[in-house]
Amino acid sequence: MAQVSLKNIRKVYPNGYEAVVPTSFNIADGEFVVLVGPSGCGKSTLLRMIAGLEDITVGELSIGDRNVNHVDPADRDIAMVFQNYALYPHMTVRKNIGYGLKNRKTAASDIEAKVQDAAKMLNLTEFLDRKPSQLSGGQRQRVAMGRAVVRDPALFLFDEPLSNLDAKLRHQMRIEIKALQRRLGVTSIYVTHDQVEAMTMADRIIVLNTGRIEQIGTPTEIYHRPASTFVASFMGAPPMNLLNAESADGRVHLGGDMSVAASTADGPVIWGIRPEDIEIDPTGDIPFTVDIVEELGAHRLLHGQLNGQDLTIHVSKDVVVSAGPIRISINLDAVVLFNPETGLAL
Amino acid sequence: MKRAGFATRWLPILLLLPQLAIIAVFFYWPAAHAVQSSFYLEDPFGFGSSFVGFDNYTHLAGNSEYGRIAKFTLLFTVLVTFFSLALALLLAVKADNVIRGAKAYRTLLMWVYAVAPPVAGFIGLLMFNQSWGPLAELAKSIGWDFKLGVNFGDTATAMVLVSVWKQVPVNFIFFLSGLQSIPKSVREAALIDAKSSFRRFWDVTFPLLAPTGFFLLIINITYALFDTFGVVDVLVKGEPGNNPMTLVYKVYVDGFRGNDIGGSSAQSVILMVLVLALTVFQFRLVERRIHYT
Amino acid sequence: MTDTTSTPIAKRPLKWTHVMDHLILILGALFMLVPLLMVLQTTTTTDLETIKNGPEFVIGDQFDDNFMSAMFQASGFSGENTGLRMLMNSLILGIGFALGKIVIGMMAAYALVYFRLRFATLAFWLIFTTLLLPLEVRILPSYEVAQKLGLLNTYTGLIVPLIASATATFFFRQFFRSVPEELVEAARIDGAGPVKFFIDILVPLSQTMIAAMFIIMFVFGWNQYLWPTMVTTEEGMFTLVRGIKQLTQDLEGTNIPEYGRANMLALIAILPPVLVVIFFQSWFVKGLTESDK
Repeated sequence: MAQVSLKNIRKVYPNGYEAVVPTSFNIADGEFVVLVGPSGCGKSTLLRMIAGLEDITVGELSIGDRNVNHVDPADRDIAMVFQNYALYPHMTVRKNIGYGLKNRKTAASDIEAKVQDAAKMLNLTEFLDRKPSQLSGGQRQRVAMGRAVVRDPALFLFDEPLSNLDAKLRHQMRIEIKALQRRLGVTSIYVTHDQVEAMTMADRIIVLNTGRIEQIGTPTEIYHRPASTFVASFMGAPPMNLLNAESADGRVHLGGDMSVAASTADGPVIWGIRPEDIEIDPTGDIPFTVDIVEELGAHRLLHGQLNGQDLTIHVSKDVVVSAGPIRISINLDAVVLFNPETGLAL
Repeated sequence: MKRAGFATRWLPILLLLPQLAIIAVFFYWPAAHAVQSSFYLEDPFGFGSSFVGFDNYTHLAGNSEYGRIAKFTLLFTVLVTFFSLALALLLAVKADNVIRGAKAYRTLLMWVYAVAPPVAGFIGLLMFNQSWGPLAELAKSIGWDFKLGVNFGDTATAMVLVSVWKQVPVNFIFFLSGLQSIPKSVREAALIDAKSSFRRFWDVTFPLLAPTGFFLLIINITYALFDTFGVVDVLVKGEPGNNPMTLVYKVYVDGFRGNDIGGSSAQSVILMVLVLALTVFQFRLVERRIHYT
Repeated sequence: MTDTTSTPIAKRPLKWTHVMDHLILILGALFMLVPLLMVLQTTTTTDLETIKNGPEFVIGDQFDDNFMSAMFQASGFSGENTGLRMLMNSLILGIGFALGKIVIGMMAAYALVYFRLRFATLAFWLIFTTLLLPLEVRILPSYEVAQKLGLLNTYTGLIVPLIASATATFFFRQFFRSVPEELVEAARIDGAGPVKFFIDILVPLSQTMIAAMFIIMFVFGWNQYLWPTMVTTEEGMFTLVRGIKQLTQDLEGTNIPEYGRANMLALIAILPPVLVVIFFQSWFVKGLTESDK
């Protein structure tokens, strides 16, 4: 078990491209942290630097209380699960799981016992003598997990481990991985571009964009109090509604009679509201025209325009709506204001 | 380079050493030596040599025999390349069509790949044997008195035939694999769009096969220029005399038998330039090829 | 249950084009096969029979005699170049060449793909330039080098200079590059160093590729003609393919040429590589057609 600390970690490639700007954060012992962001945001580079697969240009990395900047990946006491699983295709499941232990000169009987334990934990016992090519996608994923678990590491690293699975399996594995991590209590860093995975699995989320941290926080904080328009539109499906408005006399006018207080100078602002923080309200202040109703079973999404800008409203399945003019009201507590120049929350 | 390559210093050098040592001694040294001696006139008895500049090259340019051999080599290359590609394409298209016996046909049409060129030449000698060879008999029956090794045209015919026989399998293998890599969906789309199989071949299959064809064109030219050495050597029975020969064979005859090291080296250098030009051309095509796939 | 007699399956009409396809393929197969059958037939009859009647559709009873004389009777003056001896030399050349190529090529390719190396680009170009110039164009200077190093009439001289090109290295480089990046990363986390990764992971992964390369290189080495002709002058060092020329000369010079023995030797020169290619067809085709990508 270990805490992880990054101090001003920076990555510049030989061609001069800065993949990660100086970045610092700490991860507590046993915590499950998700690095999320669009492709090319530097999340994988960051993870690979922690793993030791990529050199750290500047900065200090420690796992436990040990500085590991120049420690070989095999000696960092970590385990990693790869996107394409990276199973050794010519080895059986048993050998795949045990290979790392074998290289650490663990006694054969110990290896067998540990492999058996891991296999039992992951329901792989009956597949131990198969080769990866004889397994389904989900089973391969489990073998990759087994290879990580068996090492009993201080830190788990996951590099988009579920992105090769179909939606149903992905959902199931999400729960399994989270449960496993809870049971083992191992500090974990999980990289994904899927915001649903980030929201459901993380103790804390780190949102990255173009090599820099946009926000660090619990899923609730990230979702309800996004630190920037980037986080607001990246996290949540559908994303937060972002609308342009003017601030005058310390207030931002949203529509109808509704307005929120703004501690900013007069001028343009962006205000954001989650689709589920808007209600249909026959007595509401704001007129709204529904163009399209998107039927999603458990709920509906209403797409339309407010003050000439796109707006999406989330209503439960019990609310029957058809296209046409309606009236809405907005949960003012949920409104977030952003600076339109910097994109940062006010 | 893999992104997570090993940083060990001495191991890669150790791994590269055998390869580099061998090519230094048996490739770069000889190649440099060939270029160097092409500017020297060597005493036939091995008593030193003198620098003669471009004399060996200008001598070649004015040499009518060299010109004749170059012309023959060109004709030979064109004929061998054309016939072995055309025949192989025909057979590959047919082999791709049939379902029954496909595997047997494939085996029967490709095994000659493993026959050495001089052995192919040897079989040619037998086939055209003047007293009993089946092909010589066949020629006789239509009034053609086939004289292998004596008549220039007859020997040239045999050379082309044997070289084509030996080269068809390679082309067949590549064409067939090219045909089989055309996606099934594309074939099915063509089946719906065009009724005539002839149209389908020219409009869909042939263009998709063009990259393979370009690649094979270079392979075949290289084959006709260099790899046919064994065929030529056996069919002329080691007696160049009036017989047709290719440029590579001339290098060998002049240098190894005639001891004209300088002249032979100059010929080598000319061939090197020719091959380099071909290879550069090929790389261009390979680049284009990528766009196809 | 449906009654099959009441709903007979419509018989597919015999298609004209299908018959044509098979006809062309059969003709093609015969074109390839007939010369070999002729050689085969003449190994079963006496030389006099062959000279008198040429090849016939009869299988004679002289196969054993011809085989024995081909294997154990020497054709030269030294008495050393029996068929058996040449067969052994051919095997040494074929296997030695294939193994040497594969081992050296794999090592170099591993160094180029998996290591951070300062002069990697230089090494790459030094190695891959050798693909540009075939041995034929630098044959004389190569001979001189072999002579200077005292390698004439040695197995080293026979095999090593032929290895001085990068075909296998190129092939393995392409293959290694197609191996997923994550495999080496997973191995590093699993505590495997460069040597362990190579032996535990990369070599087992390359099994099929090694087999394909071995077949192609074995055939290539076995079929070498020009280089063995130059570098081996002692009859005890002749390979079967190198010995072909002597066979043709023997056939020319005598009153009753020993067709049975000579053709048997040609057959022995043909069969091993042909059988290898036929039996390991799928590997061989894969190796051949993928090496150009």
